[in-house]
Amino acid sequence: MNPEQLAIHIPRLRRYARALAGDQSAADDLVQDTLERALNKRHLWRPGSDLRAWLFAIMHNVFVNQLRGRQAHPEEALDDDALPAVAPSDGARLEITDLQSALAVLPPEQRAVVLLVGLEQLSYAEASRALGIPIGTVMSRLFRGRERLRILTTGAQAAPTLKVVK
Amino acid sequence: MNLPENELHAYVDDRLDGERRRAVEAQLAQAPEDAARAAAYREQNAALHALFDAVLDEPVPTRLRQIETSRRTAWFAVATGSLAVGVVVGWFAHALLADRPQAPATLARQAAVAHAVYAPEVRHPVEVGADQHEHLVNWLSKRLGAKLKAPVLAAEGFELVGGRLLSGEQGAVAHFMYQDAKGKRLTLYVSRIAGKQRDTAFRFSQEEKIAVFYWIDGPLGYALSGELPKFDLLEIATAVYKQLNP
Repeated sequence: MNPEQLAIHIPRLRRYARALAGDQSAADDLVQDTLERALNKRHLWRPGSDLRAWLFAIMHNVFVNQLRGRQAHPEEALDDDALPAVAPSDGARLEITDLQSALAVLPPEQRAVVLLVGLEQLSYAEASRALGIPIGTVMSRLFRGRERLRILTTGAQAAPTLKVVK
Repeated sequence: MNLPENELHAYVDDRLDGERRRAVEAQLAQAPEDAARAAAYREQNAALHALFDAVLDEPVPTRLRQIETSRRTAWFAVATGSLAVGVVVGWFAHALLADRPQAPATLARQAAVAHAVYAPEVRHPVEVGADQHEHLVNWLSKRLGAKLKAPVLAAEGFELVGGRLLSGEQGAVAHFMYQDAKGKRLTLYVSRIAGKQRDTAFRFSQEEKIAVFYWIDGPLGYALSGELPKFDLLEIATAVYKQLNP
């Protein structure tokens, strides 16, 4: 792997990071950390294998580490932006009309799968490798994530098990 | 019979061949609720592209482009596992050959390498100890040709251990070392910046275990390094910056 090979993937890494992280600066931090780690670990990449899937896998690890870091700092909680979207009063209907706000409300693990499959067009097998989870888990997260997005954005009838995040 | 959920999603993602796709379409025609869901999921995919495809056409920010160019050096392939002294020597040798202006990303890397080399040093962490504070600062200021200050980080729990002179891409580098009560060390790397550089905001780089915040302020580049969580280091970097810009 050389820097030029990496550079080809930067735009798509940025797109995924933007959708995953929300704002531009957090997303580019994610991309920067991913690229640096990829170069650090480049001896681990098998030439000929799918570099993009490998980069997504690294980005996923960086993202998860950032989430953990933020949990240690509650004032930086990931879902700070997402929470106010939920109406505070009892029995209030959840009203989120745009997909971007709905995405922010999704649990990060569901968001990642929905984006890798729906936006980045990875196969389930590729998403499974990128996230380090079994294909069955990819599918169940995808199905739940998409249904949750649908309910959030269309106000469709929520299944009883789908509770509004607190 | 209900359409299996995985077939529905495979249909949404256009992953079915003609025969299976037609079979799913036939079933959806009989199942309005599934058809509505399939349509909604397809709209989600389309909306994701509508929201985020524009990112593909944005110019890549400099800080991301710098990563791929600044690492085109042989030392890095070797330095992945451990940052050894031999590597540093090799890297400085490379630095002498590079004639481009010092990129901020390079500053972070240099600082992290210096931190990795000197922070674990038990017997000789510094050349001039904090007991000769005034001499230390005057000496390093003279060598860098700029008025330096060693920030006081007592409020952050760190005491100055001392400092040393290093050689960097732009000549002399001042290296201040701090230590907390538990012996954890921070280093502040101060280097001249070649050419006309605008002041920058804080930037962050993670070099293996070493976190680095770095910035350019006037003629000098600063990099604060330590094996600390990013947010803790940011607080200290902020304190450093405020003391340098009262």
